[in-house]
Amino acid sequence: MDSTTDTIESFVNSEYKYGFVSDIETDSFAPGLNEDVVRRISLKKGEPDFMLDWRLKAFRHWLTMTEPHWPNVHYPPIDYQAYIYYAAAKPRKKLGSLDEVDPELRKTFDKLGISLDEQKRLSGVAVDAILDSASVATTFKEELGRQGIIFCSFNEAVKEHPELVRKYLGTVVPANDNFFAALNSAVFSDGSFCYIPKGVRCPMELSTYFRINTAGAGQFERTLLVADEGSSVSYLEGCTAPMRDTNQLHAAVVELIALEGATIKYSTVQNWYPGDKDGKGGIYNFVTKRGKCAGRHSRISWTQVETGSAITWKYPSVMLLGDDSVGEFYSVALTNHRQQADTGTKMVHAGKNTSSTIVSKGISAGQGNNSYRGQVKILKSAANARNYSQCDSLLLGDRCGAHTFPYIEVRNSTAKVEHEASTSKIGEDQIFYCNQRGIATQDAINMIVNGYCKEVFKHLPMEFAVEAQKLLGVSLEGSVG
Amino acid sequence: MLEIRDLCAGVEGNPILQNLNLRVKAGEVHAIMGPNGSGKSTLAQVLAGRSDYEVTGGSVLFNGADLLAMKPEDRARAGLFLAFQYPVEIPGVNSTSFLKAALNECRKARGQEELDAVEFLALVKEKTKLLDLDPALLSRSVNEGFSGGEKKRNEIFQMAVLEPRLAILDETDSGLDIDALKIVAGGVNKLRRPDNATLVITHYQRLLNYIVPDIVHVLMEGRIVKTGGKELALELEERGYDWLLETAASNGKP
Repeated sequence: MDSTTDTIESFVNSEYKYGFVSDIETDSFAPGLNEDVVRRISLKKGEPDFMLDWRLKAFRHWLTMTEPHWPNVHYPPIDYQAYIYYAAAKPRKKLGSLDEVDPELRKTFDKLGISLDEQKRLSGVAVDAILDSASVATTFKEELGRQGIIFCSFNEAVKEHPELVRKYLGTVVPANDNFFAALNSAVFSDGSFCYIPKGVRCPMELSTYFRINTAGAGQFERTLLVADEGSSVSYLEGCTAPMRDTNQLHAAVVELIALEGATIKYSTVQNWYPGDKDGKGGIYNFVTKRGKCAGRHSRISWTQVETGSAITWKYPSVMLLGDDSVGEFYSVALTNHRQQADTGTKMVHAGKNTSSTIVSKGISAGQGNNSYRGQVKILKSAANARNYSQCDSLLLGDRCGAHTFPYIEVRNSTAKVEHEASTSKIGEDQIFYCNQRGIATQDAINMIVNGYCKEVFKHLPMEFAVEAQKLLGVSLEGSVG
Repeated sequence: MLEIRDLCAGVEGNPILQNLNLRVKAGEVHAIMGPNGSGKSTLAQVLAGRSDYEVTGGSVLFNGADLLAMKPEDRARAGLFLAFQYPVEIPGVNSTSFLKAALNECRKARGQEELDAVEFLALVKEKTKLLDLDPALLSRSVNEGFSGGEKKRNEIFQMAVLEPRLAILDETDSGLDIDALKIVAGGVNKLRRPDNATLVITHYQRLLNYIVPDIVHVLMEGRIVKTGGKELALELEERGYDWLLETAASNGKP
């Protein structure tokens, strides 16, 4: 992985060395954050007043908050005044063809099985008009529109569907929920908005790929997904290609709302730049993700594969308010080299007959430090609640760390809560057995690790599952231990 | 096919194999017998390339190539197969995918085209019949939840699929009842060809009733002290190993 990240780094750096071919207005704000900056952001986006008010309220609250330091991760202090909170779309040098792309980078793309079109898009190669992602997205948007499904950028939704945004924004993650959510609420850049009308089963997997204007995910993404009564949707976020960004802090907020009888499946594959071999320069992925099962018989599933970022700090959670509602969390989190992760979930049971399932698979390699932090909270009102949690850690080598911080709070005696945990390493016997059958050690490790993650991968939509397996293989390169 | 010359090997500084010499030709079945601790399993592990064992002297040629210089997976791809005495479980890794990956590595090394899923499954069907192996076992993880007998049969099944040049059976009979033994031995016999060879490591003569060896060696104190035909095995069954101790002590040769 070292040579690959070096190559990516030099590729990105060279992008800036060549200078810009820019047909975009070049005004970004100066670094710094104050109320004026928040106003200007809102103005630049042409937002209606309610949005500006919301941002300001959040910002004022943020000023009163202090940055939390309780997770099991370490990073140097963040200077919030050093960031640029509004930047014009990133200028990219347009390359003539894929042949001009660094062969090492292409090798990574090939290893991850990324299609040629996607490779072109990711490398900034000019794409044929017919294959332009914008027109592909338009076709899908039309099909979705016929069913009344709204799927657009968050900025667009604020202008075109303000009533929906006003109704649901902040109802799952209020602006004052936590330090990073407050910051995000004040300065969020863009994100996705999705609304599925009553009784509609979204006919395709929604992917951020299909959003027009995907010039790379922003620093402070804001996503809101509402599934009305009896509807269902499967949403995919992220991609397996290593993503680089000059902005180090990524503090996104994702809110999911499932009304009566609705189902939301939210899958994430994340491979943000993890930093160099000393862990310097990697992305900090501090995310607040929460789902609300508002209606009876509603269901929200989170599935995540986190292999990138220098630091991953997120707890996709579900609030089980509706009776008979179901929350699920499936996660594979890998820390290699010097990555750190403190991730897990919170399942809050409030309604009756609610159930939740947690399967967390941590893999630590190199000098990575991986912590699972989970909370299962059964409130007094939650009669007959059920929870099953399984958190497993796999250690590769002897310099990595795995930690588990499970919290279980039960206030109703009819609850049934099960928790299982295991820690293991790949046995030398197992590797030798594979060797003796002709399988090389790195391939053996990949097979065994993929077997370990199977329980989580099977919840990913098919294409993502295949990509995730390859991604794990690439991320584990050089981790033989 | 296999030429072992003055092989010396040990573990954690303790010498186990001491000037072991052995020659195996294509088409032959050799049996290696000996008391506990004589180094039988060590020989198997050293040939397979287990890094725990240190080779301190001697050489091993496998079809003319320097075996000791090869990594374990390369030895396997060159056609060396070890049926483990205690096959390990690999949870989460599907048996069929595992074997397909292994076979394709060997085929690649031989310059053959890899098999796709359909072709591989057809091959599997053919071979499971050979060993009376329940195909349902193959949908499970490698050796997971297999009984002792099933594990041993799985080893021979893998051998049937991989078609090695030299198969080393490390105490394949341990833990097997008579019926399982007959099936395993039957499988091994069906796989015999003039261009492959088998090294059967065993304690007891019983297995050799079913897998009839061409040559029997006795390994004691780290070296081969006696070599003979299949009657030698019967003699050992009757007399035990003690009568050979003198020969071993005086650095005897067959």
